Amino acid sequence: MMVDGLNALLRKVPTWGIYLVGALPVPWLFYQGLTGGLGVDPIKALEHEYGELALQLLLIGLAISPLRRFTGISLIRFRRAFGLLAFLYVSCHLLVWLVLDVQLPDQIWADIVKRPYITIGMIGFVVLLPLAITSNNASVRKLGPRWRQLHRLTYLAVLLGALHFVMLVKGFQIEPLIYLGVAVALLCLRIKLPSRRILA
Amino acid sequence: LAAMTGGAAQAGEGLEPNSWEDVTTYCNYYEFGTGKGDPSANAHSLTTSPWSVTIDGMVDRPGEYDFNEILSEMTIEERIYRFRCVEAWSMVVPWNGFELADLLNMAGVKDGAKYVAFETLYRPSEMPGTQYRVLDWPYREGLRLDEAMHPLTLMATGIFGKPLPNQNGAPLRLVVPWKYGFKSIKSIVRLTLTDKEPPASWNMANPGEYGFYSNVNPNVDHPRWSQASERPLGGGLFARRKPTLMFNGYEEEVAALYDGMDLTRFY
Repeated sequence: MMVDGLNALLRKVPTWGIYLVGALPVPWLFYQGLTGGLGVDPIKALEHEYGELALQLLLIGLAISPLRRFTGISLIRFRRAFGLLAFLYVSCHLLVWLVLDVQLPDQIWADIVKRPYITIGMIGFVVLLPLAITSNNASVRKLGPRWRQLHRLTYLAVLLGALHFVMLVKGFQIEPLIYLGVAVALLCLRIKLPSRRILA
Repeated sequence: LAAMTGGAAQAGEGLEPNSWEDVTTYCNYYEFGTGKGDPSANAHSLTTSPWSVTIDGMVDRPGEYDFNEILSEMTIEERIYRFRCVEAWSMVVPWNGFELADLLNMAGVKDGAKYVAFETLYRPSEMPGTQYRVLDWPYREGLRLDEAMHPLTLMATGIFGKPLPNQNGAPLRLVVPWKYGFKSIKSIVRLTLTDKEPPASWNMANPGEYGFYSNVNPNVDHPRWSQASERPLGGGLFARRKPTLMFNGYEEEVAALYDGMDLTRFY
């Protein structure tokens, strides 16, 4: 079957390859920003690129189990890589905001507490922290079933991330709403409906 | 164009203009898309000739004025102004244009007129961004009459001594240097003199964030971000923020317009 063939092929892809290819845009975009490739406002552009990639990687991570359920294609081996890469991009996004964009330490704190979209983005980052720290085999063994529970926080993080995007744009814009829609859809696929009893 | 360097040069003293690339590739002109690069990529589709401007409402000589006819009556000069976007970035732009007061006087403002309403062209066939209702098209803005008559208030027809590129609001746009950039409405097709405060697009879209006045004010934050400082564009990845000036640095010239007004209420 085609799916089996595809899965066999995917098993040959080393996970380090995903990490490598997935992390390449970090230095590449930074270099582009330095050399004018990101346009007139490289700070905002870099901040946005890192943030959007983080959101995309979180959504890919969330799509992996529905993909297997509906098509049989299994990317489960790469889910940790996508999750950790998402965390890498969220961290870069945050660093650009702190160091290159806002710059002023007192304004950073004021923004975090006063601006709801920043508060929400910041909570999203904090939620991802324990997930990144426990994304290793030792933690999976040590935490046992609690590991799965803990990692359901991804659902919250992706919603916060999409909401953060929706809240920061001006006017009525479609793109962030598409991200939020995809996130909500992927989460809805996880809701287990109680089996309905058919009454005669 | 001989008189281009006359007039209020003092307003631009000591200001180093941004590059042509900065000014023409980083634009907010949502009729052509919400990305900063969208207008420069898409606005070539805009037909700016022929162009006419309707001046109506409380004026002595209402009518449809041909753009070239207007130009022949006006004296074009250069004004180098700070440009501060509500999004907290800034540039310095060398504009060419004439004072709005001259245009209004041409039409003859009637007694009792208190405001000027402006309207941008709305032509969906040439404006791909208007297929989304990002804003309630057409884009609209307004000024109080004394703001409109102020000698700093410019109707720009060019930048860097060249005609306005489409993405910058060709062929005719407003420039009010002490207000956030979105007040400086682009590609104007109508001016209406009225005695009521006219509707303004961003104010209609989100009145809690955008007021009618929209004066640059470092002490009144936008609800979603601080207005205390700004990122001057053109300085690359490591550009330092700088403090935002009251009325964008034109306090001496315009503060008197708002004497006695609570600027936290009339933002």
